[in-house]
Amino acid sequence: MSTVLIVKDLWVKYFTSSGVINAVSGVSFSLSRGEMLAVVGESGSGKSTLGYALLNMVPKPGRIVKGEILLDGVNILKLSEEELRKIRGSKISIVFQDPFTTLDPLRKIRDQFMEFLMEHGIDKNNALKIAREYIEAVGLTERVLDSYPHQLSGGQKQRVSIAMAISLNPSVVVADEPTTALDVVVQKQIMDLISDIKRRYSSSFILITHDLALALERADSVMVMYGGYVMEMANKNELAKNMAHPYTKALFESLPRIKQRTLPKYLTGYPPDLRNPPPGCIFHPRCPFASEKCRIMKPELVEISKGHFVACHFAR
Amino acid sequence: MSFALILKNPYIASGLAIVLIFVAFALFADVIAPYSPIDAAGPPLQPPNKLFVMGTDNLGRDMFSRIVYGSRIVLMIVAMSISLSGFIGSILGLVSGYIGGVLDKVLSFVMDSIYAFPSLILAIALSVALGPSPVNAAIAIAVVYVPTYFRMLRGHVISIKNEGYIEMAKALGLPTTRIILRHILPHVLKTLMIVFSMNSADAILTEAGLSFIGLTVQPPTPDWGFDLYKGRGFVLAGAWWLMAFPGLCITLLAFGFALISEGVSRIVGVRLR
Repeated sequence: MSTVLIVKDLWVKYFTSSGVINAVSGVSFSLSRGEMLAVVGESGSGKSTLGYALLNMVPKPGRIVKGEILLDGVNILKLSEEELRKIRGSKISIVFQDPFTTLDPLRKIRDQFMEFLMEHGIDKNNALKIAREYIEAVGLTERVLDSYPHQLSGGQKQRVSIAMAISLNPSVVVADEPTTALDVVVQKQIMDLISDIKRRYSSSFILITHDLALALERADSVMVMYGGYVMEMANKNELAKNMAHPYTKALFESLPRIKQRTLPKYLTGYPPDLRNPPPGCIFHPRCPFASEKCRIMKPELVEISKGHFVACHFAR
Repeated sequence: MSFALILKNPYIASGLAIVLIFVAFALFADVIAPYSPIDAAGPPLQPPNKLFVMGTDNLGRDMFSRIVYGSRIVLMIVAMSISLSGFIGSILGLVSGYIGGVLDKVLSFVMDSIYAFPSLILAIALSVALGPSPVNAAIAIAVVYVPTYFRMLRGHVISIKNEGYIEMAKALGLPTTRIILRHILPHVLKTLMIVFSMNSADAILTEAGLSFIGLTVQPPTPDWGFDLYKGRGFVLAGAWWLMAFPGLCITLLAFGFALISEGVSRIVGVRLR
């Protein structure tokens, strides 16, 4: 499998008036063709910022301060605004969390879809053909093209967003919590659709989610983030067998289980204040196993078995 | 919203009726006016009667004909100034609001400085600097009203530029000009409509002010504001009609536009004042 995306030592900071927020700190990973990498973390873990950074569109006052993002071998952080515009949507695209706001309420789906395709240099006839093809590929009928967004349900809107995101056959599709705003039944349908598209077009996905169970079920590999740092990264089977980081374990234990009579366990405390992150391991204030070492020394991300990386002094 | 529905709104219907009367005056002045506006048509200072429905001025010119022809100047200056200020103000507001940053800070500062002047005083100052002529008056009035468009549109753009569909448009790689024109402009159109209709009423009063002190046309060209000024000397002699009719027309036209603006803001559901 060829590698389509390599991220090296990526740092993103928000320069707000009340201080610098370290949203993404030294994240590195790579993604192969046809692979789905799930980025798991709670709110404020930097996972969405990472998603924006991959399109080099971190919202102000955020800035990518360091790192490389190689998309098909091209460092997109070195591209001009115009070159970036051309690769957005065609080489790398994103599906946003809330389908209720991502479509322009004043314009028909056909307009929006074709506008996008034509801005990427496709002529009118082909644009219509592609729009039809992908609207059907996501399980909608052509009639949807003639609708306004308010005439569609949340699930249908998300399907439209997905159709647009995959229609130019991008190397990487970032799905930023694509099911969070939808109800449970539709969530499953959308995830089935994404898995199906991944198989059919062998597209590479980055699935940003807060749901570890979803990640373990759908993704090929999983990256767990906390406070902007990668805590653990491994392929799905390895991670399911051997969760080495206390944070990953805590996330897993917080999942409700069938037949379990008691409430799931949960992690006490709050996510770290990324303006003044705690010294040492960023997770130590909430970690049940924290020792003196954790309070002083930041653990490196080490490979404990092949392809399984953990940032914890006690992992093995 | 259908066109018929808009016309059913009593504010818009009545305002439009008033404005359209004056527009008809301007368009068909040659047909409507019974006499020439610049040549004497009868004895001077005749009170309104059957021959001269609004009387005659001190040179024996028919007031009604002067009013009819005068509507041309007023409407022309107002139309020019509000389209000019609307065009410039909207573009600057859209760009400044969308791009933000230093550009936005500088533009906002400049616009706020203009806004800080009393509008009529600034229009007079600009008019004097440019020299009296209808076009210069239109430019002066346009400059005065640019900040209104700028502020309203900028505010609205800022409130919607973080909406999901704008973010999506960016993520899909659409160019900035396209995002502004096709994804932001349609959403701020209602704000634009209200400011537009509201401004026209103000612009008429400002225009009348400029005319009053002789900054638009040269005599003997008929003009409401200037006629109002000339009539002032004869009021004590009992010739009330020389001031009453031009003044009434100015008021009526401004009132007509104000009614339209009120109707528009009621339909659109946004109140600006």
